[in-house]
Amino acid sequence: MAEATTFDPLGAAGSWQRHRARLIVHALLILFALYYLLPLGVVVLNAFRDLPDISHNGLIGLPRSFSLDAWSLAWSKFCVGGTCAGIEPFFFNSVAMVVPATIISTALGSINGYVLSKWRFPGSGLLFGFMTLGVFMPGQMVLLPWARVLGWLGLTNTTAGLVLIHCVQGLSFTTLFCRNYYVNIPDDLIKAARIDGAGFWRIYRKIVLPLSPPILIVTVIWQFTNIWNEFLFAVIFSSGTHQPITAALIALSAGGTSVHQYNVESAAVLIAALPPLLVYLFGGRYFLRGLTQGALK
Amino acid sequence: MASLTIRDLNKSFGSVPVLKGIDLEVRTGEFVVLVGPSGCGKSTLLAMIAGLESVSAGEIRIGERIVNDVPPKDRDIAMVFQSYALYPTMSVRGNITFGMESRGVPKKAQNEAVARVASLLQIESLLARKPSQLSGGQRQRVAMGRALVRDPALFLFDEPLSNLDAKLRVEMRTEIKKLYQRLGKTTIYVTHDQVEAMTLASRIAVMHQGKLQQFAEPRRVYDRPANMFVAGFMGSPPMNFLPAEIAVSGPAAVVLSQGIGRTTSLPLPDEVAAGAGGGRAVVLGIRPENLTRHDPRRMDEKRYLGTIEAPVEVVEPMGAETMAIVRIAGREAIARFEPDTAPAVGETVTLAVDMAKACLFDPKTEMVI
Repeated sequence: MAEATTFDPLGAAGSWQRHRARLIVHALLILFALYYLLPLGVVVLNAFRDLPDISHNGLIGLPRSFSLDAWSLAWSKFCVGGTCAGIEPFFFNSVAMVVPATIISTALGSINGYVLSKWRFPGSGLLFGFMTLGVFMPGQMVLLPWARVLGWLGLTNTTAGLVLIHCVQGLSFTTLFCRNYYVNIPDDLIKAARIDGAGFWRIYRKIVLPLSPPILIVTVIWQFTNIWNEFLFAVIFSSGTHQPITAALIALSAGGTSVHQYNVESAAVLIAALPPLLVYLFGGRYFLRGLTQGALK
Repeated sequence: MASLTIRDLNKSFGSVPVLKGIDLEVRTGEFVVLVGPSGCGKSTLLAMIAGLESVSAGEIRIGERIVNDVPPKDRDIAMVFQSYALYPTMSVRGNITFGMESRGVPKKAQNEAVARVASLLQIESLLARKPSQLSGGQRQRVAMGRALVRDPALFLFDEPLSNLDAKLRVEMRTEIKKLYQRLGKTTIYVTHDQVEAMTLASRIAVMHQGKLQQFAEPRRVYDRPANMFVAGFMGSPPMNFLPAEIAVSGPAAVVLSQGIGRTTSLPLPDEVAAGAGGGRAVVLGIRPENLTRHDPRRMDEKRYLGTIEAPVEVVEPMGAETMAIVRIAGREAIARFEPDTAPAVGETVTLAVDMAKACLFDPKTEMVI
């Protein structure tokens, strides 16, 4: 990989000027960073305050109290849409949806990409074009068709139904990612393996798949994050105890009886945001590497 | 017996024909080199023999069997690719055994085969490494090992040396020749390098624009090229082509015009002149090594030695020999000199032309006469 050289636009200026310019640049950057982090900061701080503190000193303010109560409340006791078991069941609804949907859509995308790059057939280019069209299609467009399909299949308001939707909706992305990665695998490898007597699946398992971890990590992170954070399908196609956590968060803030429990809501939002954050923290390195990786050596 | 028979083979990509009526018969144990400039169809022909490209029309037989529709793995072939095509995630050993595993060869036989090939190619110490940890020459050896581990009816080589640097290429060329002499397996070898073709082949198939131009032993391809393309492609520096005319009367000769009213006559073997017919316009093909400094003492050594005066325009010392670009019959021609008798630029030298080695071509059809 090429060494990254840092570009220094101020390199030509004199020492004092350079110093001052750098100071301004850094100050601006810090300002923007603070501005961008402010909402997150408010939510994090509120999650550790108690309710009287928030209602007395306002939503945006430095904490005068410290309490972990909001977290346990949000997790297992708070009332959401009639049941008072916190967001824990919804959290696991999301897990039950996102894990199979991510695995299945990634696996299918990988096989699609393998076929569309290494076993081209008449019309495969066109087919790929149609599949990637899905990348640009807004979710609202497919709400009605999906409602019909789920009805026919008897999967209305089930986790399995959401898994199906996310698998199909995600296929465009996973296929696009994998196909564009596999195109860079030299065709000679496939030819050599064919002469060596390997068939379609053996070539996939023994040659293509072992070369795939960078793109599979990218695809998994992408799918996991998107499906976990997905909101539209979750709200439309699930209700009550079947809702994923994104839909439950709405119910949580809308279903409050009198006062908004900002600290509980903050904690719930943070809990909901945690899994994608963790996935990104652990896989982010590979994510960037996979996105920028071009030719295989 | 023929190991490979190709009859009237055609290939088109869409409406673009890339191979036109190829006929080729390779005897068992032969080393046949397919040579030609890029785009001549030689690699496509090899891919079709391997079963990696479909046949548009015609017939390919390996042994007695027609293999037009047989998948690559059932053709009893092994192939070495230009890019080596080593499986990047497998060790060298894994690369060599992959084919045997696919074909269900028992583990014990696999290990024996790997040991045999590894010692043959001297890659024992590399077996545990990954391809990315190997140098170019080592990768080349492993790629050959992967092919040699089988005992196929045909070995196919697709420009196996073009990714190596010049020195290593010459070394590996010799090694391939040694291996072939030891194993004596039928081999089809594709290259664009006419030196590789000359040094390795039992027979050379010269291809150009999707057609087979000549299929013969290296000496014959060099001495009696079938047409001007083959004559110009084989040999470095290439053959000189000079416009000339067969003498109408007198002893058999070919006449070159050296400017207005000045002509030079070069003797020809009688049967060549008779075959061409007096007064016919021809292209005289003469290789640089047959166009050398005239030495009166050696005049009697060869029959059909002619002489010609030519001004020297450029001198290129090569070490073992010196090439000079001279002007004959209004054309540039390359002549070969011993380094210590090399001419100077601007000098006019008397050149001896070994007409026994000359070729005559028809200027219209470009075919040899």
